[in-house]
Amino acid sequence: MQKTVMKPEYKIISDLIEKDAKVLDVGCDDGTLMEFLKTNKNANIRGIEISKEKVQICIAKGLTVIEGNAEFDLKQFPNDSFEYVVLGQTLQAFINPETVIKELLRVGNKAIVTIPNFGHWKVRLNLLLKGTMPITNSLPHDWYNTPNIHMCTIKDFVRFSKIINFKIFKSLALINENVSDINNSNLIFKNLFGELGIFLIEK
Amino acid sequence: MNIKENIKTLIVEKPLKLDCGQTINNFPLAYETYGSLNNEKNNAILVFHALTGDQFVTGINPITKKDGWWSYAVGSGKSIDTDKYFVICANVIGGCMGSFGPSHENPKTKKIYGTDFPVITINDMVNAQINLLDFFGIKKLFSVVGGSMGGMQVLQFISNFPDKAKTAIPIACTSSHSAQNIAFNELGRQAIAADHNWSDGNYNSKSIVPDKGLAVARMAAHITYLSKKGLQEKFGRKLQERDDLKFGFDADFQIESYLRYQGSVFVDRFDANSYLYITRAMDYFDLVKQFNGNLSDAFKNTKAKFFIISFTSDWLYPTQENKEIVIALNAVGANVGFVEIESDKGHDSFLLNVPDFLKALKNFLDKSYAENSHETRI
Repeated sequence: MQKTVMKPEYKIISDLIEKDAKVLDVGCDDGTLMEFLKTNKNANIRGIEISKEKVQICIAKGLTVIEGNAEFDLKQFPNDSFEYVVLGQTLQAFINPETVIKELLRVGNKAIVTIPNFGHWKVRLNLLLKGTMPITNSLPHDWYNTPNIHMCTIKDFVRFSKIINFKIFKSLALINENVSDINNSNLIFKNLFGELGIFLIEK
Repeated sequence: MNIKENIKTLIVEKPLKLDCGQTINNFPLAYETYGSLNNEKNNAILVFHALTGDQFVTGINPITKKDGWWSYAVGSGKSIDTDKYFVICANVIGGCMGSFGPSHENPKTKKIYGTDFPVITINDMVNAQINLLDFFGIKKLFSVVGGSMGGMQVLQFISNFPDKAKTAIPIACTSSHSAQNIAFNELGRQAIAADHNWSDGNYNSKSIVPDKGLAVARMAAHITYLSKKGLQEKFGRKLQERDDLKFGFDADFQIESYLRYQGSVFVDRFDANSYLYITRAMDYFDLVKQFNGNLSDAFKNTKAKFFIISFTSDWLYPTQENKEIVIALNAVGANVGFVEIESDKGHDSFLLNVPDFLKALKNFLDKSYAENSHETRI
């Protein structure tokens, strides 16, 4: 699972989290965000990561990480184990995103989910003009080798909240490293220009 | 060989009530240490050995003259760095490297205990070893570490003494010995019992030992410590110093010769009755049952930071059984990390040169120790 290191994203996630909170980073990658939250928010932070190499990197940083697959291994955590559960740019890679969202909200009081926006104008233009599956900086794979099997747009995610019934507490769009609120009146615009959607959600 | 000269022994005066009901006191606990205890006494690591291990973790074992059983992991600059940490390891009670065991003389009968020795458990083993903390004046260990049966002792130790270790590293182990584990151990025990020299455990008095039975037990067990792939790659169907099959029952194949060698060197250093007692202790180990079916309760009072390690090709204590410990720890919100190390070397991976494992162990310890000293400074 290739993740682009987006420092502004980490800052935004960090701003959504209260100091000293107990946090689980699902798909914690090399632990960059975990370290950031540890330093900036004094978070009591745990990670879960599928790649053995990445787990090793996290251990070398002194982070508490469990090797595992979020789709199956979130089961082991009791209800409300964490104040926040973070899922950074990986929702689209799961076989069953609905189960994952429900598990995030079972394990955590709140969840922070970020999604690479498939509704971004470059993606749309790419498909419109080339007629092939879009390849962009944040989505660098070909259709046949991408781990991203369930791409969605910011608008899709907002609709998803109504379909499977969870509350979006705060929604933000990242455009050229600038963050802005998403609301009903600007949704169409943000869905076209937002590179990343960041959602703070609750049951 | 003069065993006693090279063995440090603590005589435990305090009575220890064993799980079987008997109470022992004034019993010897043989131990070895590596590195030095710092002034704050916060750099001590208690290492627990596995079934056939002993207190001689690293360097040259003064009794066998071979490398210590965990030489890859423990030593100067290694994962468990003896330049930094004070490493303590004791021979388990029931063992045969100086600690109270079945080859000792029963003071009442003036005869070797043999099978009159009380059946001991993993719980008894750790309850005996806790005395080492008082002996060295250590209030809290920096870490408790062990693989296989050593890992079971780590779990039992934390359960019994939740505030006596900062970190805990159970490796390639289980919280409850499985039917398959018990079956293999029983095979070993029956091999010993089938040796005429065993004489119901009274062999020591005749200086004739059940070496054939013990060797077979070791051979069978040794197979369970390796993986099919590892065996195939190392030995395949290669022949032993011959060009063709000999149509007989000599060791035609290299694997046969290898196992026979493993069996023969083992009997020189291990006591058959100890093998029975220690395998029994492993079979009786069931931390889940000790806590009425809820393993999490074993860990609910501890603040220790756990790091659990398993190996992909370990079919004796497979990843799933290690993960059950992780799950139980998560259920009580314990601080637990887990990694499964890729290795073809089977259960024995933790004893061998497996760089990813050695790296993870070192990183976890060193990072936790840095936090540890930071806290102490504050």
